[in-house]
Amino acid sequence: MTERTLRGAAALVGVADDASPTGELDRGGRALEMAMIRQALDDAGLTLDDVDGVCHAGSPAALAEFLGIQPRYLDGTMVGGSSFELYVEHAAAAIAAGLCDVVVGVYAATPRRDRHRPGGGGGFRGRPPGGMTPQLEWELPYGLRMPMGAYALAASRHMAMYGTTAEQLARIAVDTRAWAAFNPKARYRDPITIDDVLASPMVVSPLHLLDCCLVTDGAGAFVLASAARARDLAKPPVYVLGAATGGTHQMISQMPDLTVTGGAVSGPAAFRMAGIKPDDVDLLMGYDSFTITALLHLEDLGFCAKGEGGAFVEDGKLGPGGSGLAMNTNGGGLSFTHPGMYGMFLLVEAVRQLRGETGERQLAKHDLAVAHGSGGVLSTMGTIVLGTEATL
Amino acid sequence: MTRLLEPPAPSEVSAPFWDATREQRLVLPWSTATGLPMWYPREVDPADPDAAIEWREAAGAGTVYAFSVHHRPGPGRDEADGLYVVALIELAEGVRMMSNVVGCEPDDVTVGMPVRVAWHPLPDGRHLPQFTPA
Repeated sequence: MTERTLRGAAALVGVADDASPTGELDRGGRALEMAMIRQALDDAGLTLDDVDGVCHAGSPAALAEFLGIQPRYLDGTMVGGSSFELYVEHAAAAIAAGLCDVVVGVYAATPRRDRHRPGGGGGFRGRPPGGMTPQLEWELPYGLRMPMGAYALAASRHMAMYGTTAEQLARIAVDTRAWAAFNPKARYRDPITIDDVLASPMVVSPLHLLDCCLVTDGAGAFVLASAARARDLAKPPVYVLGAATGGTHQMISQMPDLTVTGGAVSGPAAFRMAGIKPDDVDLLMGYDSFTITALLHLEDLGFCAKGEGGAFVEDGKLGPGGSGLAMNTNGGGLSFTHPGMYGMFLLVEAVRQLRGETGERQLAKHDLAVAHGSGGVLSTMGTIVLGTEATL
Repeated sequence: MTRLLEPPAPSEVSAPFWDATREQRLVLPWSTATGLPMWYPREVDPADPDAAIEWREAAGAGTVYAFSVHHRPGPGRDEADGLYVVALIELAEGVRMMSNVVGCEPDDVTVGMPVRVAWHPLPDGRHLPQFTPA
């Protein structure tokens, strides 16, 4: 297989997101998706007439039909929360190959709003969702609480292999909350301490409640355009410098090594394509479904060696005021929002940081960001390296 | 005793496994193409769709690969059931399966702990393989 060369072929030119400190949005479904698409296109200075590609985790065809457009590129990839990173990778490749020019991806989910609507609610608890036959037969009879039980197993293994502590995992929640203080849309903004995390109810050991992401309403959209198209739009382009995927399993019981994710493949591949080293990165938007998830990203992407994630985070360098790498400056899935599939928000924050649009939480140096999504139960990783014009 | 979320009725693929549990025997599907056991049971051998799959009895011994004490219940469990241990067990044959560790205090479970199979009866005569300290 020859080395792919997507570097600089496409750029994120428009983004939008919505979430509320109440955790709840007052609209959902297509109305919310439409609002996000409109805002992202406005952000780019484009209109629906410019769009020739759509990405949607439900049905891209149904979305295009609703929008009244006839796209020549559709991506319905659905691998969980990292689907949005995969959309950017696929769409950048499609743009590089000349298949399309302007691609929109959108996501909206309102689990909290749905609870008080007819037929709403549900979730994993109690009855397992359908379409999970191997898991129904080989995992769920043992009472595995999904999805947190799967991550708890990974954390248990990491602790046993490397001596990672509950305090070190808690540090990730503490620093992420400190970033959330600067995000007016974040669900939780009050500072927390390591003791607060350890004193929060144990859910599934070794994960406490504050090791777990939120369940909130949220939505977002991105517009990805060819580099040629991106140059004369409303905002400075944020170029896709590298993109790669790494899949290892679907069920947690099939994960080859519970301490190593597909990020160990996708990260180095995306960095190689971008021509960067971990030390060059200003911002890691690393999917934090749980504290252990973020810790595994730091190791697998090469910010520290395997097994050293706990020691790497414990001085608080990833939070506000640190020098070098910052992580999850929007407050992450742990404190900002997590509507079920959070990968969209990684891209949105990365773009805004690189443009210098994030106000109080703006990083002083903002040239290179990595959006790293995790889908399923540490199953499918998608790494996108993003950079400003100066990094091209 | 906890009323478990019962596994679904066996499929054609998984019937040999579940049938053996009626006699409290743990059997694994082996690939005749690779000479290795596989887990979970599959319609065909991914190494060679034409190769036969053989069911062989397992020793029923293994070690805890990872575990989680569930303080909040998962499917089929209730708050009233109290704490229970969900674990990945690495069998002596080399495959890893989801299960429970029973027969000891949840706090006594450790990664690497040797365990052996224990059988939890299901209402239809099948048994669910769980593991207990060896």
